[in-house]
Amino acid sequence: MTDVSVDSKSSTGQDSGASTAPLLETKKLTRHFRVGRGLSRQMLHAVDDVDLTIDRQEIVALAGESGSGKSTIARLLAGVYQPTSGEIYYQGRPTSSMRSRKDQLAYRGDVPMVFQDPFSSLNPAFRVSHGILRSLKLHRPELTRAQRLEEAERVVEAVGLSPAGDIMHRYPYELSGGQRQRVGFAQALAHKPKLILADEPVSMLDVSIRIGLLNLMSELRETEGVSFLYITHDIASARYVADRLAIMYAGHIVESGPAESVLANPKHPYTDLLLGAVPDPRAPLTAAVEGDTGEPPKVIDPTPGCRFRWRCPLVVDECHQTTPTLRILGTNHEAACHVAEPDA
Amino acid sequence: MPSQQPILEVRDLTVEYDTGSSPVVAVDSVDLDVHAGEFVGVVGESGCGKSTLLFAIAQLLSPPAAITGGSVHFQGQDLVAMNEKKLAALRWRDYSVVMQSAMNALNPVKSIGSQFRDAIMSHDERVDDDRPAEVMRMVGIDPIHLRSYPHQLSGGMRQRAMIAMALLFTPDMIIMDEPTSALDVVAQRSLMVQIKELQQQLGFAVVFVTHDMSLVSHFSDQLMVMYAGQVVEFGATRAVFDHPAHPYSKGLLDAFPSIRGPKQPLTGIPGTPPNLAHPPSGCRFHPRCPVAFEDCPKIEPELYQVGPIQARCLLHAPGQTQPAEPVQEVTS
Ligand SMILES: Nc1ncnc2c1ncn2[C@@H]1O[C@H](COP(=O)(O)OP(=O)(O)OP(=O)(O)O)[C@@H](O)[C@H]1O
Ligand SMILES: Nc1ncnc2c1ncn2[C@@H]1O[C@H](COP(=O)(O)OP(=O)(O)OP(=O)(O)O)[C@@H](O)[C@H]1O
Ligand code: SF4
Ligand code: SF4
Ligand SMILES: [Mg+2]
Ligand SMILES: [Mg+2]
Repeated sequence: MTDVSVDSKSSTGQDSGASTAPLLETKKLTRHFRVGRGLSRQMLHAVDDVDLTIDRQEIVALAGESGSGKSTIARLLAGVYQPTSGEIYYQGRPTSSMRSRKDQLAYRGDVPMVFQDPFSSLNPAFRVSHGILRSLKLHRPELTRAQRLEEAERVVEAVGLSPAGDIMHRYPYELSGGQRQRVGFAQALAHKPKLILADEPVSMLDVSIRIGLLNLMSELRETEGVSFLYITHDIASARYVADRLAIMYAGHIVESGPAESVLANPKHPYTDLLLGAVPDPRAPLTAAVEGDTGEPPKVIDPTPGCRFRWRCPLVVDECHQTTPTLRILGTNHEAACHVAEPDA
Repeated sequence: MPSQQPILEVRDLTVEYDTGSSPVVAVDSVDLDVHAGEFVGVVGESGCGKSTLLFAIAQLLSPPAAITGGSVHFQGQDLVAMNEKKLAALRWRDYSVVMQSAMNALNPVKSIGSQFRDAIMSHDERVDDDRPAEVMRMVGIDPIHLRSYPHQLSGGMRQRAMIAMALLFTPDMIIMDEPTSALDVVAQRSLMVQIKELQQQLGFAVVFVTHDMSLVSHFSDQLMVMYAGQVVEFGATRAVFDHPAHPYSKGLLDAFPSIRGPKQPLTGIPGTPPNLAHPPSGCRFHPRCPVAFEDCPKIEPELYQVGPIQARCLLHAPGQTQPAEPVQEVTS
């Protein structure tokens, strides 16, 4: 399942000129926020120097520490935040050069975002149908009114909400958490997108419905060539759908590679810690992370050196001086750690 | 344990959303006892009524939702009959609530710290000045974020801020609705271990809704499984995990992917969630149940005792002649 050849099926074929460039690529993407006021003003490094590539028809999972910058990356990619520095390339073209309304609309249609918090991202003043129909009108103007309605019902049903007609008539506050979450997902599907930025799209869903949505992602990837940035804390689900897995810690991508390879052969000590903590409901709680206090990483005015050094069991002198950068350590598998060893 | 009397007694609780046409019965005759120091997990399909149940217990429902039957007693007092002023005095101090949406529960135009101060000010109880920083550290957030506004925090940080707030005055009961769904597993586990330790020290009760079966399996004493507004299974967590008596619970336990072993295609529980305005006849799970038989669409099952567990399934009805130990391979 992981062996998707990249350029074989360009989804709609209209991007002929840039077909060799990845669908989306970031170079040294960085976003800082000011925190505190007046004299105690400091800089919070939410995302630092992130190079991330998403190919056509690829599902890239992004997992990692809470507060490590995953949503910030998604928001940068969606154009909700502007980068402090660095660049995003869409089909080879820097998004900063997409100035016209037409370009921006096309980009937002191609790359919709599903927000992490469905309680604040759906407009409470409008029925569910409103947002879906509106984005259909905006991004697929060729559809007639009747076709739009039909299409809206189709996407609502695709995310397991039924009866679609009833759900479409409701206001967001008339839905449960998991139902709202799926409305957000349905809205993104309506666009006929190329890449969906899905920020924790299944966190409020029970396993059964969750699997339905994951299967839907795989299916869309296969049949319509849609790519996904799938942000999740559920590592098992990342393994289930994703081709590639990237792990974030304190604003950096610290490891990335084919999902199976990262899981079977983690290179970064944080990845190790994370995988060790993935609980197995059938087994008793193990003591794998006993003693790890889950201390918040220091991303406010960080000094050079590895950001994981205060928690790292393998720390060496160099870790206090130099910030490690990603190194290739296996087939398409890289990690940012001074002591991580390449595959034999 | 201070007394044998449960700290929370929910009896026959029913909650309806008045939709104009047929009401949505989101909570249907639910009974629940929670003792001091006990940890009760609540699981069930998205939309089955878990949040509504918690809101009803905490008296936080607003129209069109209303309690149409039953009672909620907390420390012997009837919460349903209590006026808002008395409830406000209990909330945060005697019981606290962590809602599913931290973003909805927090005030967007106030810093976290000032919201903590507001909660403290509204009660006469004295709280140390450094308590806010202390609870923030407890949940793994740098206290510098007391000065942050909700939108400046990540999803998981907001959730932890809510939990920190619930711990401001060590209450006797904490109600939590998916409080860790935005946390990575390392932070989640360290937070849960902390809550569990605090609970053992201080003896408060926890009612905890989650979709995460592993959280339940490791931390809860009692487990309640809901389906379509009803309790379909209740018992000691270990007993339910080892021998789920209801086909829905069994399906739920079988459905999750793993990070180890061979990768298998999964299908979940087939079929669609029921419409709560018009639930299926008989057993509400019958259209999706892999072991349904001819009585299931006709007879409404009650909660039957199955060893140490209670289950709402006709296979366990007294005198049932169907083979009562089916349900081995639900998903295959
Ligand atoms: N608008 C903002 N203003 C100030 N700080 C921000 C803002 N948005 C995010 N941050 C900070 O940036 C960091 C990264 O946040 P982000 O939401 O990207 O994390 P995340 O990886 O998505 O975490 P989670 O898994 O908890 O959702 C956090 O420390 C957060 O406080
Ligand atoms: N105002 C309303 N009017 C009509 N129906 C409503 C209203 N609010 C909620 N509902 C319905 O009540 C049912 C129960 O909702 P509730 O929020 O309790 O579910 P839940 O079990 O918490 O689900 P989730 O796990 O997705 O959060 C849902 O099917 C929902 O659609
Ligand atoms: S660079 Fe050093 S501190 Fe960082 S993960 Fe590697 S060994 Fe640990
Ligand atoms: S009563 Fe019948 S349909 Fe319901 S769970 Fe039991 S076997 Fe299945
Ligand atoms: Mg996030
Ligand atoms: Mg809910």
